[in-house]
Amino acid sequence: MFPLTEENKYVAQLLFSTGTCPRCIFRFCGVDFHAPYKLSYEELLSELQKFLETEKGELILEVTNPPPKKIRLDELEDGIDEIDNLSQNGEGRVSIIEDGSIASKNSNLNVCNVCLGILQEFCEKEFIKKVCQKVEASGFEFTNLVFSVSFPPQQSVREHAAWLLVKQEMGKQSLSLGRNDIVQLKEAYKWITHPLFSEELGVPIDGKSLFEVSVVFAHPETVEDCHFLRATCPDCFKPAKNKQSVFTRMAVMKALNKIKEEDFRKQFPCPPNSPKALCTVLETECTHGAVFVAGRYNKYSRSLPQTPWIIDGERKLESSVEELISDPLLTVFKAESFNFSSSGREDVDVRTLGNGRPFAIELVNPHRVHFTSQEIKELQQKINSSSDKIQVRDLQLVTREAIGHMKEGEEEKTKTYSALIWTNKAIQKEDIEFLNDIKDLTIDQKTPLRVLHRRPLAVRTRTIHSMETCYVDEHHFRLCLRTQAGTYIKEFVHGDFGRTKPNIGTLMNVTADILELDVESVDVDWPPALDD
Amino acid sequence: MEEALGSLGAEVPAPGVAVATAPVAVESAVPSLVDRYFTRWYKADVKGKPCEDHCILQHSNRICVITLAESHPVLQSGKTIKSISYQISNNCSRLQNKVSGKFKRGAQFLTELAPLCKIYCSDGEEYTISSCVRGRLMEVNENILHEPSILQEKPSTEGYIAVVLPKFEESKSITEGLLTQKQYEEVVVQRVSATAATS
Repeated sequence: MFPLTEENKYVAQLLFSTGTCPRCIFRFCGVDFHAPYKLSYEELLSELQKFLETEKGELILEVTNPPPKKIRLDELEDGIDEIDNLSQNGEGRVSIIEDGSIASKNSNLNVCNVCLGILQEFCEKEFIKKVCQKVEASGFEFTNLVFSVSFPPQQSVREHAAWLLVKQEMGKQSLSLGRNDIVQLKEAYKWITHPLFSEELGVPIDGKSLFEVSVVFAHPETVEDCHFLRATCPDCFKPAKNKQSVFTRMAVMKALNKIKEEDFRKQFPCPPNSPKALCTVLETECTHGAVFVAGRYNKYSRSLPQTPWIIDGERKLESSVEELISDPLLTVFKAESFNFSSSGREDVDVRTLGNGRPFAIELVNPHRVHFTSQEIKELQQKINSSSDKIQVRDLQLVTREAIGHMKEGEEEKTKTYSALIWTNKAIQKEDIEFLNDIKDLTIDQKTPLRVLHRRPLAVRTRTIHSMETCYVDEHHFRLCLRTQAGTYIKEFVHGDFGRTKPNIGTLMNVTADILELDVESVDVDWPPALDD
Repeated sequence: MEEALGSLGAEVPAPGVAVATAPVAVESAVPSLVDRYFTRWYKADVKGKPCEDHCILQHSNRICVITLAESHPVLQSGKTIKSISYQISNNCSRLQNKVSGKFKRGAQFLTELAPLCKIYCSDGEEYTISSCVRGRLMEVNENILHEPSILQEKPSTEGYIAVVLPKFEESKSITEGLLTQKQYEEVVVQRVSATAATS
């Protein structure tokens, strides 16, 4: 069903004659149901012409016949004048008073002066097919998709010009046209293309999908359309580091909201002139939102850092916990990159034993995302068999939100450690037993010298909840500690130049040093344990 | 450290240097805390005063701990420290130094020659300890004010004088004018033989 009615005729005629395409005409006439937009372009064009034939007849009738009211004639002449003026600077423009057949031929060939071809060529099945071929070639696994488009910023300028034109003409008929009365180009484009994509790819379009197909349009011929706005609203176009041009769509929209109508009309033709060429497709990009994998790791090596250890661009050690875990994940998920996070961290020379330390990995732009629990289990085995320096358990897919649980526990929870301690003085079993009786010992730790370069200097009070000793020989014993999270264990043992007080050295009246340290447990109950 | 003495850095004297003897100490199988994480740098005869040698422990993270070298007169047997003062002039006390935040705003800036503290000995001698490296003062060791003896007992650990953070871009160059462990040992040996020759 053709959607335009008598009251749209004047606007339709005006736009059509200035080089606007049928679908943009629908938009400016506020046609807000989808069906008419989906008709084929040829059909739309002939229907529109048929519709306007009568309009033209009436119009001619009105012009040739004595006007019923003087005002009516004035209106019409004003309109014609304006279009005539414009046709002087626009080449090959077809005005309302020229022959109808030329006008239709021109409209057929011409690229729309408002949408720059978006609602013409780029709504055609052929174009959608081309995009879908790229989507399929990209190798992503997806069950739905969100489609996003980016139009050239100058399209907004043209939209604004057309709006002012139509608004003025309607104003003469005492009708108003707000910006929101026009159907947005993006909306109309989606109404037409979404069903085509859905059909072609066989999956639904879903705004919440993690898989995004984005098409960026450009129109080199008219890039200068925006430039006059900079002189009018310089504060809208401030250079930003990451932007190639100051004329972003957002900046242009902001400037268009600010500029006075008179100023705009003086500097930009209303209606906008007809372009020679269609938009070009700058890029078609497929991306998949991040997915998250969590688990717990054990670290059995004293020469393995948690994250790559690079100083002055030089690698200190060849591997790291995060790489040993993430590399197999990266391969299997076919992801672009990863971000590793964990519930605290241990020093390079510290092992993490027991149930391990909770970690989570964000896989950025993964091409594969659907895995059975069996496949995840196999992935865990793959990680575990690749290195004897680490082991992973409870590997699972988690949500972004769930990762918060891991960090929550970081500060409050207790941690248990096992340390091998050396004393300069010879010790007997009895010399260390008193440590077992100390409960909830409060210690003051100045920020350790080893981290002072990157952390504020402060004195932090921490609690050593309990200690348990195990005598080894005259100069060695093992100390198991349960402490508040955030306690620096190494400093509690050697004292850090007397900057942690009390410390094992002052408690025992010896010089103490720590030879080995193991994390025995990180008491965070996330992610949930899995059965093996 | 390349020239690690292979034992408890804190308690082990450089060859030929007298030092207060530590209690029954045993060598650890692993290098000491200082030797594991710090490089020792020295400045001999600071401000032209004979034997007033300083030792700067530079951590791999660029932080410097200013200490007395084993050969410093204050550490020689028979010396007793009467008092230590961080008041280096009428209107400047190192005790007033305050740093805040990750970037340690408000720190006093020190040049190589900046005095850190004065040590008064019971024999009437008075020694000024200098920074020896350019950088910002992080903290001074208040423990030695209350218990000066730890300066003599553990000069390169608990008895440190101050902590200085050099500028990031100067973290290498600040030690250029200083002596390495080996060079320092040579200076001390020559000094001993020179004394022997004149006596």
